[in-house]
Amino acid sequence: MELLSQILFAIALAITGWLVYKRASTIKNTIALGKEEDRTDQPGRRLGIMMRVAFGQKKMFDRPIVGILHFAVYAGFLLINIEVLEIVIDGLSGKHRIFAPFLGSFYPILIGFFEFLAVGVLLACVIFLIRRTVIKTERLQPARHREMNGWPSLDGKIILIFEIVLMAAILTMNAADSVLQDLGSPHYTQTGNFAFSQFLKPLFANWTESGLIIYERVAWWIHILGIFAFAAYVTYSKHLHIALAFPNTYFTRLTPKGEMNNMPEITKEVKIMLGIENPAEGAGNEVPERFGAKDVPDLSWKNLMDAYSCTECGRCTSACPANLTGKKLSPRKIMMDTRDRLEDIGRNMNANGGKFVDDGKNLMGDYISEEEILACTTCNACVQECPILINPLDIILQLRRHQVMDESKAPGSWNMMFQNLDTNQAPWKFSPGDRFNWADAVK
Amino acid sequence: MADITYKVPTMAEMAANNETPEVLFWVGCAGSFDDRYKKVTVAFVKILNKAGVKFAVLGTEESCTGDPARRAGNEFTFQMLAMSNIQVLDMYGIKKIVTACPHCFNTLKNEYPELGGNYEVIHHSEYLQQLINEGRVRVEGGESFKGKKITFHDSCYLGRANDVYEAPRHVLESLDAELVEMKRCRTKGLCCGAGGGQMFKEPEAGKKDVNIERIEEALSTGADTIAVACPFCMVMMTDGLKNKEKEDTVKIYDLAELVAQAEGL
Repeated sequence: MELLSQILFAIALAITGWLVYKRASTIKNTIALGKEEDRTDQPGRRLGIMMRVAFGQKKMFDRPIVGILHFAVYAGFLLINIEVLEIVIDGLSGKHRIFAPFLGSFYPILIGFFEFLAVGVLLACVIFLIRRTVIKTERLQPARHREMNGWPSLDGKIILIFEIVLMAAILTMNAADSVLQDLGSPHYTQTGNFAFSQFLKPLFANWTESGLIIYERVAWWIHILGIFAFAAYVTYSKHLHIALAFPNTYFTRLTPKGEMNNMPEITKEVKIMLGIENPAEGAGNEVPERFGAKDVPDLSWKNLMDAYSCTECGRCTSACPANLTGKKLSPRKIMMDTRDRLEDIGRNMNANGGKFVDDGKNLMGDYISEEEILACTTCNACVQECPILINPLDIILQLRRHQVMDESKAPGSWNMMFQNLDTNQAPWKFSPGDRFNWADAVK
Repeated sequence: MADITYKVPTMAEMAANNETPEVLFWVGCAGSFDDRYKKVTVAFVKILNKAGVKFAVLGTEESCTGDPARRAGNEFTFQMLAMSNIQVLDMYGIKKIVTACPHCFNTLKNEYPELGGNYEVIHHSEYLQQLINEGRVRVEGGESFKGKKITFHDSCYLGRANDVYEAPRHVLESLDAELVEMKRCRTKGLCCGAGGGQMFKEPEAGKKDVNIERIEEALSTGADTIAVACPFCMVMMTDGLKNKEKEDTVKIYDLAELVAQAEGL
């Protein structure tokens, strides 16, 4: 029996490891489809940003109450993992609370601290669930934001319920354990009561020893299998930010938000047109097959990592002037569509031996509509709001470049503006010769 | 105040006289052609004259920086304009540029270097603050703003795009008026609705226009003056105010106009 559970545990651990590895590979391979972009300059500054924004969660505290609650879940997740290490060793070795003899009287203090965190996580998750379902925080409601319909909205609730179950399991498991210790049950190492679970002991007051052992074991298995399932689930979920927030903040843009990336392939042509450069010079410059972005491989790898990192919190959308005034654009949807496209491509690649077989679809048109990207005012509010430095604007602008330069699909009034710029060097229909007439009013 | 003769020297004139300006005033398309923003250009020129700043403008040699084309996705037109502007600026050996337009400011400052145009570029809000701090501009001799309520509308391309939040506010504080903030200000400032090429097209279908949302917020502060620092914001906020039929009680001015008024220019 003992050996059987050790074997089952090892199998569960191996399956989890394999699933996570497979998913991580797919995610990595789809991110690698993106265009190269160097984001390795100024490592010191980048590290500082990562420490403040991801590790220290600086931007989450823009909204203090949610910031504190989220920090509780985050700290709990990070530190309770130390206990998971003990559980994994116990599971593989068939021992119980293997750290206890080494840590002595410090052990119950440590577990007490974990319980403190677990209670924090539990409370925060309950409050988060209430915000989603009872208070109905606007930016999380599918009724108002179509991108939240179905899976995304369910995903958010599943994760919260998951965490509540995991925390409840660990707390009641510890309480049952303490009762078993009081009864002097042989397998249960004497550690003394734990900070929070001691108050749950009355729940188990009249239980038999075997009943307690069954409960303790079931809770133990729920907790650890729950964590394994969670690890695999996270890779499919919006919850992937728990891992990707760190590299995503590290590789963020360091240039001013107002700066748009240059297109060097166009600079070359413009120089030739203006006679600054001779067409013969630097031969071998073919015209690129596409300007801007039509599908995810046209975007940079960082745009794609952004998409996988998005937690769908909707702060971007709730600050977007277009969305606030009822336009179709939602920066969160831009990120979710990009990820959906990547997930579709990942499945396609996995089904075709690692190679993408054209499915006739594109990010632009099949996932994101023209109306959405045309509504953007490039105000950078979405970029400013993102707690993990995702940049939806960068994607929107690259899609626009494709629509306008490759597809010639600019609105008529924009074409007028372009024409004025080309002929009058001003966006309006004024003669360039009149440009200095304003000075007549002063001179 | 005695009549001052205002001068608007062009770079061509200066170069012909072998002179170099302290700063080049980049007027921008709105500052050159838009009837409302031409008043801002004039106000700024008057301030520069009074402060004795040796400045120049490009006059007819200036072209659009290309910002609206780039944001609308037309990189060819942007780069054509940018390249020819850089040729002109470099021909005159320009080092320092001031502009009243945050879009020109952002493009000249952040996007021209990649194309070979490197200049020190500042927005007129920062320049006015410098002139005030140095005592070259004394905000006195004209209209008093004491007891008036002013709210400042952050321009996206000044604020979030370039982190200039305090300079315009310092300029307004020097007017001795009461500065009241909108709920969405500084990093949270709401766009006027004109950026990213929206100025040159009809908005997409929605429930409301962005400028209406913003003017409502500005009016809710109870301010009698809405200060702006961008030609597009000026147009959008003015339209919003007309829509609300509040043009008689609330005024919209650019920072330069307020400073000029305070100086009696």
